[in-house]
Amino acid sequence: MAAGSQLQHSLARLVAPDRVYVDDVHLAAYESDGLTVFRARPRAVVVPETSAEVVAVVRWCHGNAVPFVARGSGTSLSGGSLPVEEGIVIALNRLDRILELDPVDRVAVVEPGVINLDVSVAAGESGLYFAPDPSSQTICTIGGNVAFNSGGAHCLKYGMTANHVLGMKAVLATGEVVEFGGRSREHIGPDFTGLFCGSEGLFGVALETTLRLLPLPEMFHTVLAGYRSLEEAGNAVSAVIESGLLPGALEIMDALAIEAAEAAVACGYPGGAAAVLIVELEGPREKVAAERVQLEEILAATNSFESRVAADAEERATIWKGRKSAFSAVGRLSPDFIVQDGVVPRTRLGEALRRIGEMSAETGIRVANVFHAGDGNLHPLILFDGREDGGLERAEALAGRILEMCVAMGGSITGEHGVGMEKRAYLPGMFSEDDIDVMKRVRAAFDPKEIANPGKMFPGPEAPALTAHGLHPLEKAGVISRE
Amino acid sequence: MAGRPTSAEEVAEAVRAHRQVRVRGAGTKGRLVDGPGELLEMSGLRGIEEYEASEYTFTARAGTPVREIEEALAEKGQYLPFDPMFAGAGATLGGSVAAGFSGPGRFRYGGMRDFLLGVQLVDGRGTLVRSGGKVVKNAAGFDLPKFMVGSLGRMGILTEVCFKVFPRPRRTRTLRIAAPAPAAAVERLVRVAASRWEADALDYVPREAALYLRLGAPGEALDSLAAEIEAEWPGEVAVLDDEAERACWLSSREMTWANGGRRVKVPVSPSRMAALQELVDGLDGCEARFASGGAVAWLSVAASLDALRDGLARAGLIGLLFAGPADDPLWLGKRSEPAILADMKQALDPDGRFPAI
Ligand SMILES: Cc1cc2nc3c(=O)[nH]c(=O)nc-3n(C[C@H](O)[C@H](O)[C@H](O)COP(=O)(O)OP(=O)(O)OC[C@H]3O[C@@H](n4cnc5c(N)ncnc54)[C@H](O)[C@@H]3O)c2cc1C
Repeated sequence: MAAGSQLQHSLARLVAPDRVYVDDVHLAAYESDGLTVFRARPRAVVVPETSAEVVAVVRWCHGNAVPFVARGSGTSLSGGSLPVEEGIVIALNRLDRILELDPVDRVAVVEPGVINLDVSVAAGESGLYFAPDPSSQTICTIGGNVAFNSGGAHCLKYGMTANHVLGMKAVLATGEVVEFGGRSREHIGPDFTGLFCGSEGLFGVALETTLRLLPLPEMFHTVLAGYRSLEEAGNAVSAVIESGLLPGALEIMDALAIEAAEAAVACGYPGGAAAVLIVELEGPREKVAAERVQLEEILAATNSFESRVAADAEERATIWKGRKSAFSAVGRLSPDFIVQDGVVPRTRLGEALRRIGEMSAETGIRVANVFHAGDGNLHPLILFDGREDGGLERAEALAGRILEMCVAMGGSITGEHGVGMEKRAYLPGMFSEDDIDVMKRVRAAFDPKEIANPGKMFPGPEAPALTAHGLHPLEKAGVISRE
Repeated sequence: MAGRPTSAEEVAEAVRAHRQVRVRGAGTKGRLVDGPGELLEMSGLRGIEEYEASEYTFTARAGTPVREIEEALAEKGQYLPFDPMFAGAGATLGGSVAAGFSGPGRFRYGGMRDFLLGVQLVDGRGTLVRSGGKVVKNAAGFDLPKFMVGSLGRMGILTEVCFKVFPRPRRTRTLRIAAPAPAAAVERLVRVAASRWEADALDYVPREAALYLRLGAPGEALDSLAAEIEAEWPGEVAVLDDEAERACWLSSREMTWANGGRRVKVPVSPSRMAALQELVDGLDGCEARFASGGAVAWLSVAASLDALRDGLARAGLIGLLFAGPADDPLWLGKRSEPAILADMKQALDPDGRFPAI
């Protein structure tokens, strides 16, 4: 149509014509993100290759009041990278250069389309790594990590993405190009870098990010312990925390999640366990040697019926494989599922899990649990069949009750997956009108025309077609799995 | 005359009642308080509201002295790993967040920005607002708590803060490594930072031509790590006794070494340390101590600022002057002032009640 071709024409002048897609086949590939229940077809997808092109596109959007959604790999689990129908998608995957890797300052400067794991691979040559490790790390981008302040299995000790971003160059939704922070681990003046992290694409597009790198730990000590009940595993976590140890990771999986993982990757977890706990210590060998004795004593005093220590890197990888594959594995148990990532105070984990169990029994909806126990970050996987009438709606309703429970316990509706499209209705449960009003004023400072990823994070009217679509295409293909 | 609110609501009222307002915690970073308008003393908002050791979090009112918090945490074997600055001099939590200062322990696990989880603040319209949360992990809404780190009382008045805390290492040991020239110091510092040793703190003290490195670990591990470090630079490493260790980190945190009337914080990184030290060496009455593995330089300035200001600008560095006469500039060196800075100021403080930034 004329309007379409005019848009195409304008964008083609900003990037090469063969990097503007308006045809159905290409657009279909961008219709949803990792939360496939939402779909929306954008007017066009632009694929810039340089930051100058990104800036030109954003300025054009600003000038013409055309909404845009920045997109990395589209693995968001909350509908964060869901396109806007009247807008365009700016696909950043080709901005995938690691611009600098400096072992003296221990930083990497990267473009937004760089894959998370690639940073650690490149830094590994200097004995360094990038700590945030979402399970999607073989595919998700730094731009997406920054926008969502993504986490992983090591947040208690090392924090989330924001804690590892020192500076950035970005184009704001106004077209202004800014530089925040720098290569120092310290800053002066208000921390704009920190504010930009977790802004869910509502402020603009990150063009270059300066990342903090850490020295690789000398060694890991990974323990897998089986329990007869979820509560006992939870008590073990409390015992570890109260001992004064600071493990790199503290993860729990329940029976349903174990069953799925076992079927998918044969991880060989203790048979008949109602829950398994993974504890990982890391650091200099002497320190780990002393701490492992302490950990053994603590775990011996818990009710674990079996516990194993990874003897080498391979065994460690096997333990983690079960954990990291849990989500996509659960997909085998059910045609569809949704993942929540609410947070509760850690001391109330046991209670939260019991209540989730009760809600599951009450509604007859199966829920598998895999979670970052050290952070109190739940990941209930709510199983349903989208072909059943009302199946999705019932699952969503249960998900909503779980989020409300998290808020009522003093926790959060999201630990790492972001609010996005999915949880925007729950933001007011956590924040007052005044709190949200300030966030809106902040948003207006960055994006007065509301063109950057509009419709997300803040409660809004309609959401695009809610339909059950099963696993992300890449998950089906076995390329990625979720945590 | 200063007002002394005793509740967040009273702070909000005071903001609404005055055309211009500024706040003072304990005044340990006095230059940041200077400015026009009604002065609010935050000492009336004092005390811990929630502290659940097994949650690794606490919430306290913004005027609470850091020292009081540290004592409460120590009772449970916990601490704020970044060694907040000027705690000994009475620094308050709110003032520490607003200044955005972290001490030597920032090296290992990160600083103020990395441990602050949530805030309650009064914005420039006198509205009470919350942002962030009270759990160790939370991604809901914009991260205004981080934005408040370094906001210098210009974007809002903090009334309550929530922090993540960590278990304190059972034992610590501090080693002194000789560092004859800045270039050698940087080389050794980089070696330590990249090593397997996992130092908790790492400072460079040019005056003493030495690096100080703090290890935290169970006792047996400390012996072995220290022995390896001593073997790395034979004859150039000394182990501090408890008293000297305490004094070393106290000096870093309190800047007791500084004798100039002006104090400046300069964010830097290892690759630019030597150049900054050279600049400082060339200035009369100027002295530096590098903390947090070279992430920050604390400067003491006895003489005029002009040469320092020019030097920093040439080096592409910026400094924040936090102690000194009221007519001294706040910012030294090359500062970028993007439009978004003014837009954010407008968003949070539309009537300009707080001092200009
Ligand atoms: C199998 C699976 C496992 C996962 N495991 C985890 C996990 O363990 N922990 C975790 O935290 N998350 C996890 N996620 C969620 C997801 O991977 C993260 O949110 C990730 O950071 C998204 O990266 P992406 O490149 O796919 O971003 P996208 O989904 O493309 O985008 C995410 C958001 O970022 C914005 N954005 C993208 N690039 C930029 C940019 N350059 N500038 C500004 N905004 C930008 C988008 O507009 C969107 O709002 C998982 C997802 C899947 C599918």
